[in-house]
Amino acid sequence: MSLLSVRDLVVKFAMRHQTLTALDHISFELAQGERLGIVGESGAGKSITGFAILNLLSQPGFIAGGKIMFDGKDMAALSSEEIRLIRGDRIAMIFQDPMVTLNPVLTIGEQMVETLQAHRNISRSDAEKIAIVKLREVYIPAPEERLSQYPHELSGGMRQRIIIAIALLLDPQLIIADEPTTALDVTIQADIMELLLELCQNNKVSLILITHDLGVVSQMTERTLVMYAGKIIESGKTREIVNDPQHPYTQGLINALPQQTVAGHRLKQIPGNMPGLGSLPPGCAFHPRCDFATDICKKSVPEFVSFADVKVACHEVARLHKTKKAEAKDG
Amino acid sequence: MVDSIAPDLIEVKNLEKRFALDEGFLETVKFRGGKILREKREVHAVNNVSLNIVRGEALCVVGESGCGKSTLARLVVGLLKPSAGQVLYGGTRIDNLSAKDMLPYRRKMQMIFQNPYASLNARMSIEQALMEPVKVHNPRLSRAEIFDKVAEVMQAVGVDPSWAKRYPHEFSGGQRQRIAIARALTMDPEFVIADEPISALDVSIQAQVLNLMLEAKDQRGLTYLFITHDLSVVQHFGTRVAVFYLGSLCELADTKTLFDTPKHPYTQALLSAVPKLSDEAPSHIRLKGEIPTPINLPPGCPFESRCVHANARCLAEHPAPLQKPDGAIVACHAVEEGRID
Repeated sequence: MSLLSVRDLVVKFAMRHQTLTALDHISFELAQGERLGIVGESGAGKSITGFAILNLLSQPGFIAGGKIMFDGKDMAALSSEEIRLIRGDRIAMIFQDPMVTLNPVLTIGEQMVETLQAHRNISRSDAEKIAIVKLREVYIPAPEERLSQYPHELSGGMRQRIIIAIALLLDPQLIIADEPTTALDVTIQADIMELLLELCQNNKVSLILITHDLGVVSQMTERTLVMYAGKIIESGKTREIVNDPQHPYTQGLINALPQQTVAGHRLKQIPGNMPGLGSLPPGCAFHPRCDFATDICKKSVPEFVSFADVKVACHEVARLHKTKKAEAKDG
Repeated sequence: MVDSIAPDLIEVKNLEKRFALDEGFLETVKFRGGKILREKREVHAVNNVSLNIVRGEALCVVGESGCGKSTLARLVVGLLKPSAGQVLYGGTRIDNLSAKDMLPYRRKMQMIFQNPYASLNARMSIEQALMEPVKVHNPRLSRAEIFDKVAEVMQAVGVDPSWAKRYPHEFSGGQRQRIAIARALTMDPEFVIADEPISALDVSIQAQVLNLMLEAKDQRGLTYLFITHDLSVVQHFGTRVAVFYLGSLCELADTKTLFDTPKHPYTQALLSAVPKLSDEAPSHIRLKGEIPTPINLPPGCPFESRCVHANARCLAEHPAPLQKPDGAIVACHAVEEGRID
């Protein structure tokens, strides 16, 4: 049974003049111990997906439909009291910017003890012992001394390690990491990613990694969802998506990377911009930027269909697949 | 390596920039060991850097945050005064010029900044923003002539001139960066300094902006100083690469040489840390610790505290940049002594 099952999740934002659909019927499953990547550009809905799972959407955003089943409970239907038992305990979240995630006026120790005491009936000294164990797990040197330090005394990489240690405090079943290394330098990013991977594998923790970096997804995850304008447009095994992307947008994203082009040559760019949620074109949201767009793409929204190992929402992929099937039958 | 007769557009000689942390007199007074001392703390942003930029090339400067790459760009363009050393433009020293004498060089050197949300004045229409520099440098042109110039450049960067009356907030990040590039190009510059021009943009938009910059280079014969932390961009865009660490130049080489045979231990670690599509798991050279602070640097190699090859000499003595047979310039005792290749 899957640990997390999201079905037809719809998230809307009630603005003054209109209601925008930020997530449009998102469905995916996550098994215990599985690592899932969510990629897409800013505004595609990746972070909203992460927030929605934890019921952290703030006004004017709200869950307008669908189910988020975590460990047999529907997160979208729980009371805020019940959610609090899960949030930070069974599901932990790691945010992008380690400079703002920690409270600057509390010591590292206070923040760690506070988290433990909020969820467990535990003495301060026992909580500190657990904190030290977790800090050691994320390779923080001299963890005993860190407890009395303030966040500003630590570097960015160190802070993100401490945030990971806090996420691990209550041995969660799922970690949602939203661009955890975007604010960090490459050498530090590599260290943090390796650490996160090691911890997930050793403790059989599931991971949802939200990122715009396909290289990171490739290193870290087993399955990937590609999002565009509030929809999942392709999902499947990470290896297959990276090596043989089906959706024209995924192909475009991968081909646009400088490493895919001979140095000095023109990069293969995707023309235009992702449309705003208030001005989505009819039909497939990607059609104005797509080289393969035909009349049907302008009129009808493509369904999200399974082909062999991947699921893709694209009329052209569906058509190619049909032709291939017909040819196979004839041959 | 570029042959020695090639004319350098920019030459930087022993450039240093230090920022004082303790501005006032009282801030410098410290009490230590029962004595009252005066002590000035300084951030050593750029330390004794020498390099040249050849006409028509794209020199990329890479390094992690705080390594001094943006400070270097600002020193070259004259936005900051160096604490020591010289900046030469086409053989003329420009770092000590008066504002008036600097004016013609300001036109020839244009800068593109990282964040297109901050680099365009929110209260000026893009027409005003683009016309202003042309007006300043060509006071005799009529308004219509200036607008023609601006419209031509807007067309060239793919922004419809009929949008000229709009304000920056009406444009997306990618479009804004095109406008920022247009603003630089209206001056017909020879030399463009781009400080992380694409790092605030999405992947699909990054490719658009990089293509635009490559086009401008080919069509207008521009020379670039391109500052970035993204090594895959460097590999694509740069003719030569300078790797910085904590304000010092570690390695400078042709792009291909640097990526094929990185020599400095820091360059090797940096290259290995870039996540690639073909990676199935993180695989990188692990460095010890983290980047130390650039305040009151130790006398030795700045990378010593994180380097696996460091020895006593690295701790005591700052390595000088030395040229290798393949043209790469490397500042590393271990490379010099042949302890590593």
